[in-house]
Amino acid sequence: MKYTFAVGIGGAAGQGVATPGNIFAKIFARRGLHLFAYNAYQSIIRGGHTFLTIRTGPEEVTNHGDRIDLLIPLNQDCMDRHLDLLGPGAAVIYNSDSIQPNNPPDGVRLCPLSARQLSASSRNKVEQNTLAVAASLSMMGVGFQTLEEILSQQFKKKGDAVVEENISGARSAYQYATEHFEPFPTALPRTENGYAVVTGNMALAMGGAAAGVKFYCAYPMSPSTGVLHWMAAHARKAGIMVRQVEDEIGVINMAIGAAHTGVRTMCATSGGGFALMTEGLGMSAMIETPVVVINVQRAGPSTGVPTKTEQGDLWQMLGAGLGDYPRIIAAPLDIPDCFKLTTEMHNLADRFQCPGIILSDLLLSEGHASVDPKDLDFNVPIDRGELITSPNGNGEPYKRYLITESGISPRAIPGLPGYVHTVATDEHMEDGVLISDEFTDPVKRRAMMEKRQRKVAGIEAAVPPPWLTGPADADVTLIGWGSTKGVIEEAAEILTAEGITTNQLQIRWLVPLNGDTITGILKESRRTIIVENNYSGQFARYLRSETSFVPDGHIRKYDGEPFMPHHIVEAVKDQLAGRTTLSVPAHEIRV
Amino acid sequence: MAAVIETQVALTVADFKGKVDPDWCPGCGDFGVLAALKAALADLNIAPHEAVTISGIGCSSNLPGFINTYGMHTLHGRALAVATGVKLANHDLHVIVTGGDGDGFGIGGNHFLHTMRRNVDLLYVAMDNQIYGLTTGQCSPTSRLGMKTKSTPFGSVEGPINPIVLALAAGATFIARGFSGEPKHLTELMKQGIRHKGFSFIDVFSPCVTYNLDNTYPWFKQRVRKLESDSSYDPTNWDAAMEKAQMWGDEIPIGKFFERTDIPALDEAEPVLDVGGPLAHRRVGIPAELARQFVEELM
Ligand SMILES: Cc1ncc(C[n+]2csc(CCOP(=O)(O)OP(=O)(O)O)c2C)c(N)n1
Ligand code: SF4
Repeated sequence: MKYTFAVGIGGAAGQGVATPGNIFAKIFARRGLHLFAYNAYQSIIRGGHTFLTIRTGPEEVTNHGDRIDLLIPLNQDCMDRHLDLLGPGAAVIYNSDSIQPNNPPDGVRLCPLSARQLSASSRNKVEQNTLAVAASLSMMGVGFQTLEEILSQQFKKKGDAVVEENISGARSAYQYATEHFEPFPTALPRTENGYAVVTGNMALAMGGAAAGVKFYCAYPMSPSTGVLHWMAAHARKAGIMVRQVEDEIGVINMAIGAAHTGVRTMCATSGGGFALMTEGLGMSAMIETPVVVINVQRAGPSTGVPTKTEQGDLWQMLGAGLGDYPRIIAAPLDIPDCFKLTTEMHNLADRFQCPGIILSDLLLSEGHASVDPKDLDFNVPIDRGELITSPNGNGEPYKRYLITESGISPRAIPGLPGYVHTVATDEHMEDGVLISDEFTDPVKRRAMMEKRQRKVAGIEAAVPPPWLTGPADADVTLIGWGSTKGVIEEAAEILTAEGITTNQLQIRWLVPLNGDTITGILKESRRTIIVENNYSGQFARYLRSETSFVPDGHIRKYDGEPFMPHHIVEAVKDQLAGRTTLSVPAHEIRV
Repeated sequence: MAAVIETQVALTVADFKGKVDPDWCPGCGDFGVLAALKAALADLNIAPHEAVTISGIGCSSNLPGFINTYGMHTLHGRALAVATGVKLANHDLHVIVTGGDGDGFGIGGNHFLHTMRRNVDLLYVAMDNQIYGLTTGQCSPTSRLGMKTKSTPFGSVEGPINPIVLALAAGATFIARGFSGEPKHLTELMKQGIRHKGFSFIDVFSPCVTYNLDNTYPWFKQRVRKLESDSSYDPTNWDAAMEKAQMWGDEIPIGKFFERTDIPALDEAEPVLDVGGPLAHRRVGIPAELARQFVEELM
């Protein structure tokens, strides 16, 4: 197994879990290490229990893992919840002025720091978080200078005195740890690489900017709000109009208005907001105006658990809106893919003049990962499809909904001489005139319906099929979709290392599904298990409805927390032993 | 440079004739609104391709299909949200929104409120017939207390909203009321509304001759009084407008209630539109140096 090191920092909301988290992330990324961070938190501004896991290593880190190597509890509650879950070799650094450990499990080292004493020796009162970070770095074999640089940057705005205070406080903690705590057996490695630390929401926003989005609108809703925040902060530099609208109905309609007028447009929401958008989505399909909508899933139904993750909105996406219409739905596989998929989705939506839905979730959108700057290349191919942007020279009458073989009709934007037309959400003829009221006409209705639906074949041809990763001939094939890619990958590696050869089929494009390719692959599999973060097996049911394929087993989780590799590993073993065909792993960490 | 001889042919109402004729009931008030709108556009010499007419759903909302401008016949209640997107994407366009009282004040009420507050530069013409026409005669947000409709067969127990008062309270910067039985007056109001830089609202009495037998042409004819006939009325005075707006009964004021020009329209207030022209005409993508900065921030 490859080397990784995970730090867990927990406390009440408002106690400053984020700051040490960010410091670790910067240090790891600057050492050329990969990282993945997951923050388990609640819908509370102060109080509760927040627990950040940040895992690093020289090779790609795709999930937050099974093991904490270093625990930093910022209050007694966190100590009590997490100490028992640590394994041999792990260490706990804590402020012994206010936190007392129970009996630690065998092999777990307690590293008490007295913030009071350290502050006295340095004559400065420094946050316990900073002291703990300093002590950790000493134990990880990281030189103090790195922290010094970061603290100077962090406190620069507060003046030299504060910078000095923090650095000297941190130095005394660092020295204390060097003298009193044994370092971890492996010093934190270093590579020549450099990474950016990115959340999925930032990647989605940047992907939109790279794709040429000029209009972004939203109504705040966790866990999608990070997209709005990135857009708002960068709007003026990037020349992107950002609007906070009165509700998600307004969002989708405003977005379609802007898109219809010729600009690339995007909006993001979570399941509840998406529900309000469904009628608008149908309008996008009916008037054939492309729009890209991001749904960052959280645990439902209804308001649900706003700060917890789930893959529970698949059927909402599949069924959003009345009637049949072409739509494209895809789920990014990891944080860098949030960027890439967004750029691809804009091209497809433009080409096929229909809604494009990106199905992210809290795990990706609010998770942090190290991303190679090469994977955030803004210079992406732009395909605006059959968009007319210059005046009609020949005076021929323009048919906005011209019936074509591909189902795609050249789209003129308002303002152009020679192309004046009216679009309508009522059924219409090629020239846009309604056939829904006075002149209902079954022949024309059928022709228009078929014209729109013909685009589906084009979309199918444009979307690459999924592929199998890992050993070709395996004991088990794990099937997942979207954000579970990383954790399934690691579970498969563990299983394979333990003698149960396991491969993986991860689905990115949900509509169109490429059902034939999927069944072709799964036919060859010895044992198939679908892994998903929801109650009813939404993808399993979808796959069955599209292909009649029924897997041998299911692993599902719907407690709000993401899978950890051992959840999948143990479930697979259970199923191979014939104990069950539906595993619902228990989440041991109480957050 | 060779001289370019531009023959500016004045536009006429005929230039705005739509692909099909209206299918409204004979005598419907909406005919007058359509005629006034065509006349206003022709008088202002706005070419058909320079205007976008946007509506929701309803009898009145069928209007964009009957006029020769760019048009969008959107969803019930959503026209103002769509129109805001259109205007911000290309602020060179003249944006006109039309629709019914159910569309605008019922299902679309939230967008109405916020479009006013944002001062989006467009003309919103509510074709107010105090009834739901297309769905065959149910109570509307402007139906009077006690009105018998198909959904209130024993008389409505809910009071109506007053769109003019609402618009004044919400901060609309141009507020007027018209009557489709006064086409010249209505055309004049529309011209002022289109010229006004900011959100212009005209609530138009547009009788439904089929389902509203209370608020008929003769009913309005007897009651409407033009604010313009009162030389002492000052439409820059918000308090005076509020007072007039509450008049209802034997005398009902029509005309321009209020206008202020000291508040920038949304497209003027939005710094992203300061330079570079309409978004719709801008280059797609992010300059390489800027993209590098965006990634650098995260390292
Ligand atoms: C979401 C939705 N709900 C209901 C309807 C049905 N509907 C169509 S028009 C209308 C009301 C029409 O009244 P109004 O807006 O006042 O316009 P009018 O027909 O009187 O001109 C309703 C309820 C619809 N099209 N969409
Ligand atoms: S039902 Fe009423 S509003 Fe609709 S067209 Fe007829 S008269 Fe006009």
